[in-house]
Amino acid sequence: MSETLKKPLVEFKDVSFAHPSAAAPIISHLNFSVAPGETLVLLGESGCGKTTTLKLINCLLMPAAGEVVVEGKATTAWDPIRLRRRTGYVIQEGGLFPHFTVAQNVGLVPALEGWQQARIKSRVAELLSLVGLEPGEFADRYPAELSGGQRQRIGVARALAADPPLLLLDEPFGALDPLTRASLQREFSDLSKRLNKTAVFVTHDVREALLLGSRIGLMHAGKLLLLETPKNFLNSNNEQAIAYLETLRVSAGSVQEDAP
Amino acid sequence: MSFFSFLKQNWPELSTLLRQHLWLVLVSTFVAVAIGIPTGILLTRRKSLRGPVLGIANIMQTIPSLALFGFLIPLPFFGGIGARTAIVALVVYALLPIIRNTVTGIVGVDPNVREAAVAMGMTGPQILWQVELPLAMPVIITGVRVAMVIGIGVATIAAAVGAGGLGVYIFRGLRQYDNNLLLAGAVPAALMALTADFGLGLLERHFSLPNRRKGSTKSRLKVIALVAVAVIVLTLFFGGYLSAWRSSRLANAPANSARIVVGSKDFTESAILAEIVAQMLEARSVTVERDYELGGNLPHDAMLGGRLDIYPEYTGTSYTAILHHQPITDPRAVYEQVKKEYAEKFGVAVSEPLGFENTFAILIRGVEARRLKLKTISEAARYAPNWRAGFGQDFMSRADGYPGFSKAYGLKFAEQPREMDLSLTYIALASNKVDLIAGNSTEGRIAALDLFQLEDDRHYFPPYEAVYLVRQDTLARVAQLREVLTKLAHSISTDEMRQLNYEVDANKRNQAEVVREWIKRKGF
Repeated sequence: MSETLKKPLVEFKDVSFAHPSAAAPIISHLNFSVAPGETLVLLGESGCGKTTTLKLINCLLMPAAGEVVVEGKATTAWDPIRLRRRTGYVIQEGGLFPHFTVAQNVGLVPALEGWQQARIKSRVAELLSLVGLEPGEFADRYPAELSGGQRQRIGVARALAADPPLLLLDEPFGALDPLTRASLQREFSDLSKRLNKTAVFVTHDVREALLLGSRIGLMHAGKLLLLETPKNFLNSNNEQAIAYLETLRVSAGSVQEDAP
Repeated sequence: MSFFSFLKQNWPELSTLLRQHLWLVLVSTFVAVAIGIPTGILLTRRKSLRGPVLGIANIMQTIPSLALFGFLIPLPFFGGIGARTAIVALVVYALLPIIRNTVTGIVGVDPNVREAAVAMGMTGPQILWQVELPLAMPVIITGVRVAMVIGIGVATIAAAVGAGGLGVYIFRGLRQYDNNLLLAGAVPAALMALTADFGLGLLERHFSLPNRRKGSTKSRLKVIALVAVAVIVLTLFFGGYLSAWRSSRLANAPANSARIVVGSKDFTESAILAEIVAQMLEARSVTVERDYELGGNLPHDAMLGGRLDIYPEYTGTSYTAILHHQPITDPRAVYEQVKKEYAEKFGVAVSEPLGFENTFAILIRGVEARRLKLKTISEAARYAPNWRAGFGQDFMSRADGYPGFSKAYGLKFAEQPREMDLSLTYIALASNKVDLIAGNSTEGRIAALDLFQLEDDRHYFPPYEAVYLVRQDTLARVAQLREVLTKLAHSISTDEMRQLNYEVDANKRNQAEVVREWIKRKGF
């Protein structure tokens, strides 16, 4: 892939972060970069610092030491509002506004950016079709009238609305039932390839990481243990990585959850 | 008279009181919303302020309303007598639910939604206006709803500071033992509270989430129609009220030099005595403003604050309750002492006595008095262990009241005396709920309810001569006042006063009319 040779879109330079109240740092001395067009998956258990890492990218948090560089500029130098509007953000359950219709939710960032009504409307229709929802049927509904999978699709559509170069996803499919999750994972994989978006994707699901990531970053206790392609990850002899793959093997035999 | 014919006959006055009541509640709620919601928003941004501010609002709400009114009267800008003081008090009560619900509503917004709003690149004000406030709206409206219903209730007490409203009928009804008056005050107040609760409930449901569906345009239209009707009704109400208010303001403005504020306490006799002065002054082309039915020591505070020029008082009350002396039995000595101290301490003149005394009258049912052949308190004392007693709050608490009285006659009752509203004790006695009360000797209902006054054979109760208290500067400013007070000196006998009270309390006649006839008869 020629994109990997380009300048990285996101770069972590020896970044540490700690809550003022907590003694131990949440992440320490993090170094990695995200190339344009790739999907970097951060994999790890709860509390390993993967969500914190994500939030450092769009100024929801600021590093205590080191610097996070986005599009060649440190986050401390960015206007947070500008940076966030150039960054799609998807969280569990979508984080949709319950008092906004689907169309208003999806058109949020374009509206904030002052687009014309007509342009917003056609963009919303385009995005709804893109995530597999019929615009005529869904545009005027409220989030409470949608299924979990539909809400998650709206969450993705909203993140894509202003065509941002970078997508941040924080366990977006974590709350879905396995079948819906599997189909959304497939669709997201297709979509990100088709749109050639750069994405940082946080998950604790090793299956999801293998399926979606162009590279997998394995995190533990605030440190990046491993940063490999899925193929190399499968063959890694890192203890943590082996433990993750082990769960996959066991569950494939006995647990229905991940059965396709 | 049936309730409905009463309503028909008193409709003009009732509608005025209704308008005043609504006005008090709406203005105070509006002000409380204007202060409370921004304060609530600030508290969500400054966590450290939340505890102290909510604490203060909480404490303010626990102040009893009459005490709050008493505290407000002497204050320079917020205080005084009338609508402004009442509105300030109502705002104080309305603040807590509005502030608290604004905070609760905003803090209760789903953190995921707030995080998404920040991550989408919304600015602080955009998050507040587009996300937090709309989502908190149902909770905030609940706060306004609670505040308004509380306000409608508390506003009935506004009558105690002369702000009018439906409380005027309630107080008057209690005093005159008139159920029509009570109902005419209480029923509209209750209906108003229910209507406000229902209307705001609709609004609240409109803003809550499950209702925001595709079909909600219909309910939106319904709400708009409802609001439109409400606005029309209110406009009609207040249009008339405001124009009347404005014209009365204009009429009063130029006559400032010969303008006088006459006050009274919250019982019939005080109001009659005030009305006598008011009408005699008006006959001498002085513009009179009436601030009647002020509770407790409010008239005294108001007079010292310069908001009242004259009100009727009893020397014994001034002597014990205001000047805090131990009660004595020589009327002349009491009068001279009060006159001297009021001039020195307050710059207030005391008129010549009006000619009658109003002292505590120990009353039992007439039937009982005749059956047991009782005349004096001493004779009655031996029956007391089988009797229940009911006394006004005043009598129970003051030094010359129950504590000294029961000691002087060695009285013991079947149970601890009931403490209740003075007006209610007459009714309680007549209806066998208690067997002995301490009323006023000039009370009109003594004859009306066939009650018997036991003679104070040990001369325990101090003399309470009726007088007018007047600000000295008013006496200098309004020349006609001196003439009126001279005419009234020693001119009302106890029987006459009882008769006047009886006309108003028992015969339920219009007080101004009764006073007009009396002035005519006297040739004043």
